[in-house]
Amino acid sequence: MAVEVKVIKKPGRTIAEQVYIPEIAKGLAFTSARFFKNTFGAKANKEIATVKYPEEKIEYPERFRGIHRLTQRMDGSPRCVACLCCSTACPAQCIHIEPAEYEPDDPRHGYERYPSVFMIDELRCIFCGYCVEACPCDAIRMDTGMHMPPSTSRDHFLYDKETLLSIPGRDGTYLTGNPRHEPGEASHPGIDRERGH
Amino acid sequence: MTTGILVVSSIIKILFVLIVAVGVFAPIIIWAERRQSAMIQDRLGPSRAAVTLPPGAVSILDKARLPLWRLAALTGIVAIVSLIALTFVAIKGSNPLPVSTEVITKTLIGFGASSVLLRMGYAVHTMIVGNQGKIMLIGLLHPLADAVKFIFKEDFVPPKSDKLLFSLGPIIALIPAIAAFAVIPFASTMHLDHLNELLPRTGELSGAAIPMQVASINVGILFIFAIASTGIIGAAVAGYASDNKYSLLGGIRAASQMVSYEVVIGLTLVPTFMLYQSLRLEDMAMWQHQHMWGIFVPPLMLGAINFFVAAVAETKRVPFDLPEGESELVGGYLTEYSGMKFGMFFMGEFVEVVSLAAIASVLFFGGWDVPYLYRDGFEFSLPFMAAGFSVPLVHWLVIVIQVLFFLFKIVVLIWFQLMIRWSLPRFRYDQLMSLCWKGLLPVSLLNILVMGAFILSGWLDSWVAFFEKVF
Repeated sequence: MAVEVKVIKKPGRTIAEQVYIPEIAKGLAFTSARFFKNTFGAKANKEIATVKYPEEKIEYPERFRGIHRLTQRMDGSPRCVACLCCSTACPAQCIHIEPAEYEPDDPRHGYERYPSVFMIDELRCIFCGYCVEACPCDAIRMDTGMHMPPSTSRDHFLYDKETLLSIPGRDGTYLTGNPRHEPGEASHPGIDRERGH
Repeated sequence: MTTGILVVSSIIKILFVLIVAVGVFAPIIIWAERRQSAMIQDRLGPSRAAVTLPPGAVSILDKARLPLWRLAALTGIVAIVSLIALTFVAIKGSNPLPVSTEVITKTLIGFGASSVLLRMGYAVHTMIVGNQGKIMLIGLLHPLADAVKFIFKEDFVPPKSDKLLFSLGPIIALIPAIAAFAVIPFASTMHLDHLNELLPRTGELSGAAIPMQVASINVGILFIFAIASTGIIGAAVAGYASDNKYSLLGGIRAASQMVSYEVVIGLTLVPTFMLYQSLRLEDMAMWQHQHMWGIFVPPLMLGAINFFVAAVAETKRVPFDLPEGESELVGGYLTEYSGMKFGMFFMGEFVEVVSLAAIASVLFFGGWDVPYLYRDGFEFSLPFMAAGFSVPLVHWLVIVIQVLFFLFKIVVLIWFQLMIRWSLPRFRYDQLMSLCWKGLLPVSLLNILVMGAFILSGWLDSWVAFFEKVF
């Protein structure tokens, strides 16, 4: 079989391109159309990609892992039961929890513990989300939609329990979607003191 | 005319030119160039320079919002009512109202203007409050910030450079650019004694007549050529004195490019001298005022394009900015300059843009001529219609309208130059030279011939007569 040779014509220039002025006019028409559209056009037609950052902000995607928050019970106390699952799961070891017992007259005494100290070093955190995965009580979440606000001192990035409890979720509440059943309530699924062991 | 009036009017004219060219246009072009390029590229451009108000000011400002809006609305309502009254008077032909027509007119002008101003103030106020007390003014503060930066930057002088020439370069580059404005007329002759009167359309007038240009000299346009060619020395000297090979190459490029295009500019304008039969720019503007804009004379259409190309090359801006082609020469003759010295080169370039727009508008776009505006006011006469519609205006109003329209023409031409600057890629150096010597030069020589034939054959007269009949 003979080798076929496909002759491709060299792209030349037409007379209109060689004269240059029509091409300039074309280019100017394109750029001016763009200019008028973006400067004087209706707001909906503008295609400006720039975001004026501090005044306008683009919302982070829904599953964005932002800074942590500790969710609250209905009475405002932390849902956290200080099981240490999160600090165990944390690959960066940035969570420090000191568990404590509730007071003896508290109905939760004997069932659960609570964190007397809950500290997250946000500078050490790698935002992997393992703590959220590990939590059995839906007590720690990263659904705030906020990145860390900048600061001048490293100490400002050690978020303590009160700070973490005071950060709302993206929907503005301090609760979660999962209902919490306290011991003593009828809906409590497990065994409790009243219903006997 | 007394010497006192001459001196005072000259100083006022010089100040006007300096303020308009250097103080207003140059900073605004610097801003516009950045914003315009941004808009073409779907960006926002520089708009962040801000003066921040003290924290409490925003709440105080916010309280002023409603009164400001109410005041704007009230003045607007008064203006609209007086407009309706005026229309009523105009339709009826007489004035049965208890107030005189003059009072109504003055109310309309005063309240209308203040309403518009208040409305604009309200818009600015909204922007300031919306930006949490930061006055940004859509980025207009950037030229100011630039100037402050230029002034406080280190003024570096290369150790082995020629100190005197190094400092002289930017001065030689900036001064001629400003000096070119000396011969540009920005309105028709002003008759000082008749400022508040309706003038007859033609004829000589008694009293002091002040030409609205800084220097009314016979050589006119030749002065601009001479001054523009001085600018070459600035770039060449800067390149030579910097003790840097890139600078030297840039300076040589600038010199050869500007010398070449100088020739073309001279030749492209010869047809205009033939047409207007004068070198004085005010005579050129006057011819165009009496007959037609130069751009509508067929040989001058080509002449205008040639002139524009050559003049853009003369200002050393994109697509002809080879002297500072950063991909080859770092910064060309600007490489070693910093601080205010660089700022002066920069300023000179932008003033050149303004002066180029002014010259082009005088030569081809009628200068201060406003269509249908004569010395005694507007007169719209439509073709094939007997009845005209005329608005008589007093002398000072005519002058103001002419100046404003001239500035408007300059703005449009500047916009066009910036558009070219952001649309076209840079030429190669041999292309630049062949465009000049093999393209523009023969074409403009030929254009002189065509213009001569156009005048001698009598086509010019019939074309002008036809044009005047239609418009």
